[in-house]
Amino acid sequence: MFVVSQSHNLVCRLGARTAQGVTLLGDLALFATRLAGWMLSGLPRRAVLVDCLYNVGVRSLSVVMVTGTFIGMVLSVQSYDQFRMFHLESRLGAVITMSLVAELGPVLAATMLAGRVGSAMAAELGTMRVTEQIDAVRALGAHPIQYLVVPRFLSCVLMIPLLTAVADGCGILGGWVFSTQLLGVDSYNYWFYTCNYVTAYDVMSGLLKSTFFGAAIALIACHRGFHCGAGAEGVGTAATESFVMSFIAILILDFFLGVFTNNLYYMIWPGQMSII
Amino acid sequence: MRCGSAWRPARRTIQEQETQPISADTPIIELRDISCRFGRQHVLREINISVHRGETLVIIGESGCGKSVTLKVMMSLLPPTAGCLLWDGRDVRDLATQQFNRMRLRFGFLFQGAALFDSMDVYDNVAFGLTHNTDMGDDAIRPIVHQGLRDVGLPIDVCDKKPAELSGGMKKRVALARALVMTPEVMFYDEPTTGLDPIMSDVINELVLQTREQRQVTSVVVTHDMRTVTKIADRILMLYPVSQKKPDESQLIFEGTPQQAFASEDPRVSQFVRGEARDRIRELSCA
Repeated sequence: MFVVSQSHNLVCRLGARTAQGVTLLGDLALFATRLAGWMLSGLPRRAVLVDCLYNVGVRSLSVVMVTGTFIGMVLSVQSYDQFRMFHLESRLGAVITMSLVAELGPVLAATMLAGRVGSAMAAELGTMRVTEQIDAVRALGAHPIQYLVVPRFLSCVLMIPLLTAVADGCGILGGWVFSTQLLGVDSYNYWFYTCNYVTAYDVMSGLLKSTFFGAAIALIACHRGFHCGAGAEGVGTAATESFVMSFIAILILDFFLGVFTNNLYYMIWPGQMSII
Repeated sequence: MRCGSAWRPARRTIQEQETQPISADTPIIELRDISCRFGRQHVLREINISVHRGETLVIIGESGCGKSVTLKVMMSLLPPTAGCLLWDGRDVRDLATQQFNRMRLRFGFLFQGAALFDSMDVYDNVAFGLTHNTDMGDDAIRPIVHQGLRDVGLPIDVCDKKPAELSGGMKKRVALARALVMTPEVMFYDEPTTGLDPIMSDVINELVLQTREQRQVTSVVVTHDMRTVTKIADRILMLYPVSQKKPDESQLIFEGTPQQAFASEDPRVSQFVRGEARDRIRELSCA
């Protein structure tokens, strides 16, 4: 009897969680639709947009540069021994650059920005909600989505790819400095193989991914902020949920965009088989 | 009117709506059979309230009875679960978006915690409504903002301060200035004196009276401060929590003047206006 009751509870809890998840997804889709509607109705005020661009872009620059540089150096450290076993250390530049521009640069920069920018946005909007500032925006004749969400969304979509490019650049330089100055890889070979293996398509597909990551971070952060619970705990939960949901969204998007860009590559340049 | 239906905005042309004449007796705001609930918790159940032009209506009631929700429903900041909200006799669901926005700009709201935008300084806070709803440049907005601050007894040098640098009373007055620069026809005050010292509370009460007299503003005030009630109210409504009211009884248990409220024989009204605990601790612990 006890076992039946326990499994019944488990099923109930699972059902409730599933319903919550579906409701959240539906709500997020509605929020995205409203956002799209307001974006089509016109651009936000220049001063508001510039302020958001500064907050997302300029203020994240140092953290992204440090992250990118160390990713490049770590890649160099981790790959060097294995490549040396096959006497392929001259190819290190190609591997570091390819990994950075196509995968690690966009994903790790987006993860870093989901924490720095997304959580801050969720906490700021959550505080605004808790202290009735969002109601005040509405009461003063501005629409909260138009005034608060559109500039944040545009800032993330525009600035996160640029920050990713900076992270890629710093990572490549970091990898090059470490490989050539400390591991003794020949600088000419480093760049020669990099230029031969890494194409503009790889760079662009990485930046395309980061555009989607930026959109996901802004959408999730603003949604969590707007639906923040009461009090300091509610704001903290909104910030945490924003980061966790953004991180999951980044990984899911990364998989699907990876498959998409891979297949698109083989469609544009046929002759090689895609693995998926 | 389509009262009681789901809260869904309908669309009509602006020309259609603006041809409707508005009688002077038509309440400026009317709630018809308004219900509001959050999840399973009913906060308002089928309440009917009319706000008449030029009056100061004060809504009183114990904490959690739905006073602030009523105020937000009146300004359409919160959609009711059922019922109709009428502005100048027109169902807000029938208003076109443009007209809805224009009509809502006739209302000003003083929030309980002032709700100043803490990322902006005082000047930008007060100028917010004008910046977003008019084509006025900074040269035209600046004197209006300065006058608005002077009207609420604040010096111009607060303009550069952030809300965090202001006292509670100053925050309330900046929020009042922010609402008043939009020259509203109706002002909503959500617990305007809560958290203020007695002198500052009286300053706010005086400002409410001054606003009404100088600008012919209709006022709806939510408060449980009986000194505010006696000083500013033309008419009082008392809300009672849905969970505690008797079946088939209206949630509005009193309507009348401050004098009538103090003379009321309803124990719930007299207990509230005199601020007596009586058996409240026992009742609350049983609940």
